[in-house]
Amino acid sequence: MPGNPQLDANGELQHLLSIEGLPRELILKILDTAESFAGVTERDIKKVPLLRGKSVFNLFFEGSTRTRTTFEIAAKRLSADVINLNVAVSSTAKGESLLDTVANLSAMQADIFVVRHGSSGAAHLVARHVKPHEHVINAGDGRHAHPTQGLLDLYTIRHYKKDFSGLTVAIVGDVLHSRVARSLIHGLTTLGAPEVRVIGPQTLIPAGAAALGVRVFHSMREGLRGADVVVMLRLQNERMTGALLPSAQEFNKHYGLTAEKLALAKPDAIVMHPGPMNRGVEIDSAVADGPRSVILPQVTFGIAVRMAVMSMVAGGG
Amino acid sequence: MSKLPDAEKLCTQLARELKARVTPASAMVGIHTGGAWVAERLHAALGIKEPLGLLDPAFYRDDYAKQGLARDPKRSKIPFAVEGRDLLLVDDVLYTGRTVRAAMNELFDYGRPASIVLVVLAERDGRQLPVCAQLAGAKVEVAAGMRLRLRRDGAGRLSLELERAG
Amino acid sequence: MKLLVKGGRVVDPASGRDAVGDVFIADGKIAAAPGTPDRTLDAKGLVVAPGLVDLAARLREPGYEHKATLESEMDAAVAGGVTSLACPPDTDPPLDEPGLVDMLRRRAKALSRARVYPVGALTVKLAGRQLTEMAELAEAGCAAFSQGNAAVEDTQVLWRALQYAATFGLPVWLRPEDAWLARGGVAHDGEVATRLGLAGIPAFAETIALAAIFELVRATGARVHLCRISSAAGVALLRRAKHDGLPITCDVGIHHVHLSDMDLGYFDAQCRLEPPLRSQRDREALAAGLADGTIDCAVSDHAPVDEDAKHLPFAEAEPGATGLELLLPLTLKWGMERKLTLAQTLARISSAPARILGAASGRLEPGAPGDLVLFDPQASWRVTPEALKSQGKNSPFLGMELAGRVRATVVAGQVVYEA
Repeated sequence: MPGNPQLDANGELQHLLSIEGLPRELILKILDTAESFAGVTERDIKKVPLLRGKSVFNLFFEGSTRTRTTFEIAAKRLSADVINLNVAVSSTAKGESLLDTVANLSAMQADIFVVRHGSSGAAHLVARHVKPHEHVINAGDGRHAHPTQGLLDLYTIRHYKKDFSGLTVAIVGDVLHSRVARSLIHGLTTLGAPEVRVIGPQTLIPAGAAALGVRVFHSMREGLRGADVVVMLRLQNERMTGALLPSAQEFNKHYGLTAEKLALAKPDAIVMHPGPMNRGVEIDSAVADGPRSVILPQVTFGIAVRMAVMSMVAGGG
Repeated sequence: MSKLPDAEKLCTQLARELKARVTPASAMVGIHTGGAWVAERLHAALGIKEPLGLLDPAFYRDDYAKQGLARDPKRSKIPFAVEGRDLLLVDDVLYTGRTVRAAMNELFDYGRPASIVLVVLAERDGRQLPVCAQLAGAKVEVAAGMRLRLRRDGAGRLSLELERAG
Repeated sequence: MKLLVKGGRVVDPASGRDAVGDVFIADGKIAAAPGTPDRTLDAKGLVVAPGLVDLAARLREPGYEHKATLESEMDAAVAGGVTSLACPPDTDPPLDEPGLVDMLRRRAKALSRARVYPVGALTVKLAGRQLTEMAELAEAGCAAFSQGNAAVEDTQVLWRALQYAATFGLPVWLRPEDAWLARGGVAHDGEVATRLGLAGIPAFAETIALAAIFELVRATGARVHLCRISSAAGVALLRRAKHDGLPITCDVGIHHVHLSDMDLGYFDAQCRLEPPLRSQRDREALAAGLADGTIDCAVSDHAPVDEDAKHLPFAEAEPGATGLELLLPLTLKWGMERKLTLAQTLARISSAPARILGAASGRLEPGAPGDLVLFDPQASWRVTPEALKSQGKNSPFLGMELAGRVRATVVAGQVVYEA
């Protein structure tokens, strides 16, 4: 097996493809760097000149205005030029392969590719084929990984809970299809969170879940007991048609986060959600808008985290 | 071996020399890490009203393309309005002048100061940019291949040290 | 033409013979006594064995000529020491008409390389609904009938197909995989697929299909050969079925004896195979099953895939690996790891598959076809695109060194390949 494709010969970050494979110190460094970027957004001039003259190409093969927008904001706050590739009308729709698309953009002097794709492994494939000075940031590949989301989730948890070493974190919902869950699980286990739980019906928990280092719960009431952090995953409509779930209502009854169920967690537990939320399905409005919810701060932190990641991959010789 | 000046004595000396320049509207900014230590001393000694500002110009450095991001960048915090202000910018050692250039660029992103006076604890030869300190504690001879550093011990005592560069 | 193969280490798995000696071929057959040769091959320092018999090698004609041609793949076959090969029916159009089978056989024969045994389609267009004219296809030269990697979802159709094939005593080769359980899956449903976020095919997709096939064999008496076993549980089921006297045979893809899902690494599309590479435990059971005879033989499952079709995200990449030229070195590697004799090792790719094919080759006794492979078991070579004659350069072993180099291949007494 080849060496870690994310790190260069000096162990510095050259691509961000997944949280799995990042040494603990590097994850902490990313969080610390994000911390220093958080101050930039509080100034009048919310920009630093770090990536001035660099081009960031947002290659989104899967629709997502939210994530693409936060990457765009982060890049612009670093003074980079941002180009959004609208896949629907691009040559990819005409049958051009992923690698051909990348090669064409590369010929236009790209520095950073932010790639979101529906197939697991797409970001790794792109990273294997870019030029030495080009960097790839995975904005989500299939079910595999969404490392910037995982990092901003870790940042959020650290912001409110300070220390990972005593935490119980519960991740609830469609873990099987969730790249967000996989990335967060890898981050938590690397940073030493002693108890990471996944909660969901058997149809939505993958076969190898235990091997990821998590405890599997099918009862939400048991799984939430004593949790410090509750992370709710988005439930997609396709799950109802794929013989994985009968209905949103039954899911909400047993796996939706209500105030009553939240009371089983610790009194100071925080509630997180990667967004966008399906109110009334996986999470009730009262909880989403309630005092324990940190869902909006997650979005703010996400910009600082993405600024940190971009500046770390693009720097250095 | 030529003796290095006593950093504590230099702080006291600088505070004495700065007294004349300080007005009620003055504000001070220290550059991480050594400049921040010196600034803390001066800020307290001079009784400056505005809280102390701290700057880590990591995102304004000119060596990003070669070196990447600095290790462990700290958060810049300027708790006062920069616009129209007479600023005292404090650093520990003035060498090439690049750190000061980066710090000034960052300061200007906060607002337009009325003036900036650069105060350094020690300066050495080797300026690569047209930067100079209006007030310098001491001039130190540093041999090639060596670096002049400010250290702070557990008790908070400051001292200047020479170490191998690179 | 009279051919004398002189002074090699003659290994005949069928008889167990392993000694230095000569082999004499006359009129295309192994001769009992030597005569005056028209040509002599010096086999000193080489192993002389029956030409390899590969039960699954795709020649990509008709229909997939952009991936490979008959010429290039036949060259690859004899370069790999393969003298008889069976090609699956999954061409375009599939081999469901006697005319197509006939054309393929004639084209292959005209090239005068390896012997080609086409496997006919079990159902029309391999769609799993309508039976093909198996009797006609058999007369046209089909050695057996299969679905390739396509499934027969409708078990009633499968039952009828086996009944029909049994009527004429025709062998049916089936890949045991439940189509519904495998649907959408691209990797073994285990830890690796979970980590990589790949849709998984559980091992029970294989065992459930095996159980169904065993019942249908008992009910119909059809001669069934099971293709590309992939799981430890599958091997266990096979062992018990054979012990119970069920007349089934089976094979394993040689890649599955060496690789597991750990080898996927960072989504290496060269490891995208059908069936998927399963866990280390499964791999070990396959290697052991091939050694103890539960699995009768190994095949290359040769599938040339063009570079573009592999340079895609894992789930989108085309499955398959090039195999004709790696069958020998990979089998030798397996044999050494299991501490088997050379005769025992080579049996798995010569006498055993020949028996399943119903061919007279795969043995070195007088009267048998004059098909030989001369190889140097110590000579190592690096697997590179340039080293491969096949147009399929897709291999998980690219860049690796393997031991076992073919020096000459003989078919019906003709030297069809010389290094």
